[in-house]
Amino acid sequence: MEIDPLIFRLSIFILSIFVGYYVVWSVTPSLHTPLMSVTNAISSVIIVGAIIAGLSGDLDNIFNTSSVFGFLAIALAAINIFGGFLVTQRMLAMYKKKKKDKK
Amino acid sequence: MISGNLSAIFYLVSGVLFILALRGLSSPETSRQGNLFGIVGMVIAITVTFLSTGNFSTGFFIVLIFILVGGSIGAFIAYRIPMTAMPELVAGFHSLVGLAAVFVAISAFLNPEAFNLGSLGNIKLGSLIEMSIGAAVGAITFSGSIIAFLKLQGIMSGSPITFKGQHPLNAIILISIIVLIYLLCSTQSSNLFWILLAVSFLIGFLLIIPIGGADMPVVISMLNSYSGWAAAGIGFTLENTALIITGALVGSSGAILSYIMCKGMNRSFFNVILGGFGATEDVKSSSSKERRPVKSGNADDAAFLMKNASSVIIVPGYGMAVAQAQHALREMVDTLKKNDIKVSYAIHPVAGRMPGHMNVLLAEANVPYDEVFELEEINNDFANADVAFVIGANDVTNPVAKTDPQSPIYGMPVLDVEKCKSVLFVKRSLSPGYAGIDNDLFYKENTLMLFADAKKMTEDITKNL
Repeated sequence: MEIDPLIFRLSIFILSIFVGYYVVWSVTPSLHTPLMSVTNAISSVIIVGAIIAGLSGDLDNIFNTSSVFGFLAIALAAINIFGGFLVTQRMLAMYKKKKKDKK
Repeated sequence: MISGNLSAIFYLVSGVLFILALRGLSSPETSRQGNLFGIVGMVIAITVTFLSTGNFSTGFFIVLIFILVGGSIGAFIAYRIPMTAMPELVAGFHSLVGLAAVFVAISAFLNPEAFNLGSLGNIKLGSLIEMSIGAAVGAITFSGSIIAFLKLQGIMSGSPITFKGQHPLNAIILISIIVLIYLLCSTQSSNLFWILLAVSFLIGFLLIIPIGGADMPVVISMLNSYSGWAAAGIGFTLENTALIITGALVGSSGAILSYIMCKGMNRSFFNVILGGFGATEDVKSSSSKERRPVKSGNADDAAFLMKNASSVIIVPGYGMAVAQAQHALREMVDTLKKNDIKVSYAIHPVAGRMPGHMNVLLAEANVPYDEVFELEEINNDFANADVAFVIGANDVTNPVAKTDPQSPIYGMPVLDVEKCKSVLFVKRSLSPGYAGIDNDLFYKENTLMLFADAKKMTEDITKNL
């Protein structure tokens, strides 16, 4: 009997929820803001769908309705990807330990 | 052009890198490396997508242009945004993820061939279900985040907006979304798809307007979670592992943060979502408990108390962010440390407008993160500390939460500030906090109220030290 590929994707999904559960509980509370901004950035991996949509138009008709929505989604996701990762980096760079030589 | 199997493996790799990116956040030392993993994962996912379409003609350049335009806007915002505006930024970003999910779903609905989902009007049933769930959740995320953004930005009043019949209306709309998805799947009608989107936008808006400003930490975390589920829904449609893994990660991350925030306020998730908190309480409490004697002092008194202390605990709250007092505060602490006074910071889980808000602000002001402690870590130290310096926090220090079962905040974990030998409370007036209840701490023997703007007061104390 053949198993629907959907079941495999569902398995990945459920297991990832568990991975997420354990990984996120181990995040230190002081980094919860960077956690939110980085999850924001990575959820913009939705850009892969947008790219496929954007490239779906044929040569004579690059801007059909479907691909235009794709292009718009690309721009939105790109704002998030660059904005999300960069602002996370900016925040994380500020977390410093006590300087020992100060004493 | 690379094969479907190979690209699936690369998507899996980027999914794993995203897991490592979150894993890195378990400590500040590993976090920067974690962020790098995230970036690498993203680059892999995008590159593989280009390679698998094998389309490097005009369309490819247009895509690149859109990435560059979006990317420069994003980078510009990331560098310019002040740290105090982090909650607004995150809310704004959530709305973009939501809208992007909606757009991708629209694209896939209009041109299913491009995604191997069947043809227009005859989309595979499973894909159509996934697509409509992704689109609906994306739309809710979008409009909900827009409202959260407007409330945080102060463009829209932070007070809860409630009206009669709100909950039944929301319930009807939510049920109609389910009915619409069912009908859409059986008829494939594009009109129903547009109605579904419109109704979802509407419910996102209605769900967030009744929620008050100080509940924003829960709302932002919740929308974070929604954006994840929306991405996962689209991931199922596109049969893309990276998107499914990420969606699940983000979804559970947001859910956990919402849970932590609710626990920090001792309120159930539903209580927050149903909203209207604070609106009913003000009237009752302000009349009965007025005009108890308080001791108030000036910067000189505060400086005197601190100079003679051997340990000081600072309790920052949202007011510190509003007054932009974090840098002035750090300068004050530097002066204290020069006088060999031990200083630490105590952060309540719901201090500020988003999870971890205070920690970022303190980090921005160059406060070393090992001087900053969470509630459980530091609560026992208040009894041994000489001075507690409460700046911009209120409800999270209210002892009533431990003593008065009648109080609306009874049972909420609070910082045991009153156990300190003396308490310095910087506040602009005696007005009650967000929960609408009086803070017993104001009237304690050992409390000295410092009525002033947080930033100005902190600067004045530093001068007097």
